[in-house]
Amino acid sequence: MKDRVPDGLRELLAHAAGAGHAPWRTLLRLGDWLLLLAAGVLVAASYPLLWRGGAADRAIVKRDGRIVTELALNAPRKYDVVGAIGTTVIEVQPGRARVLSDPGARQYCVQQGWLTRANAVAICAPNHVTLQLSGRGDRSGAYDTLNY
Amino acid sequence: MTPSTIELPVTADDYRIARYAAAAIALTVAEAALPSPLPGIKPGLANIIVLVVLARYGWRDAAWVSLLRVVAGSLVIGQFLAPGFFLALAGALCSLAVLAAARHLPPRLFGPVSASVLAAFAHIGGQLALARVWLVPHDGVFYLLPLFATAALAFGAINGLVAARLLAIPVAMPVVKAA
Repeated sequence: MKDRVPDGLRELLAHAAGAGHAPWRTLLRLGDWLLLLAAGVLVAASYPLLWRGGAADRAIVKRDGRIVTELALNAPRKYDVVGAIGTTVIEVQPGRARVLSDPGARQYCVQQGWLTRANAVAICAPNHVTLQLSGRGDRSGAYDTLNY
Repeated sequence: MTPSTIELPVTADDYRIARYAAAAIALTVAEAALPSPLPGIKPGLANIIVLVVLARYGWRDAAWVSLLRVVAGSLVIGQFLAPGFFLALAGALCSLAVLAAARHLPPRLFGPVSASVLAAFAHIGGQLALARVWLVPHDGVFYLLPLFATAALAFGAINGLVAARLLAIPVAMPVVKAA
């Protein structure tokens, strides 16, 4: 340790930056570099690996809680569901789905736009129709609660 | 005052461990004042002390300092027996286990930085495992793994560099090394 407290901002900053010490890189040995590199690669690899789990591959359309149809999210198509007060139109595109139109007054489920992640839900309550996305390997009820 | 008949013999080891543990606790308390972007992401500055103790005095002393730091540090910041305390304890135990294994790495190739990074990953691993089992019984906690791992890598490397720098300085204080 230095036996003297540096005075003056410049001296203090120079001291903090490591003046009078061996440079930082000499503190790293070959194995340290390799380990840092390997760890960096692993950390970078973990990003897509873990966030891919939320990708959806099926759209489940229900009326009054009963499944009307399941649509694969691999080709674009439209699907009409006749509900309590009219027809809800579901639109599917690769990897995503939305409620294109709905007879409900407030249009909440339409304004939600595209759903892309597994377990995402659009609920058209007035027409008793729901659109839910489902992913690989997820259990139903992967969420704790739904509020509407 | 009644003269006490109980005398606890205090060895040089005890003084040394207490001195380092005090430094580690001070860093823990200072760090508790830092805002954290995500619960669980912290620099872990006290681990610098643990690394220095490990390199200078061996694993037994490092374990003492680390665990004293967790217990006394949580007492000071009012977290004793709160969930954060158990997470910190799980992290400390895991990183001590990894440090015990990392001592067998060839010292010519691996320095304090490697030990620090490995311990940081073990720390976050232990915390996440306990959080998954106990606090958030859902695999959703693992979605945060990339963020925790990034923080572990960054802070582990920085803490390791600081520890290496401290270890490069010759010991100035009187070393009381009991056999």
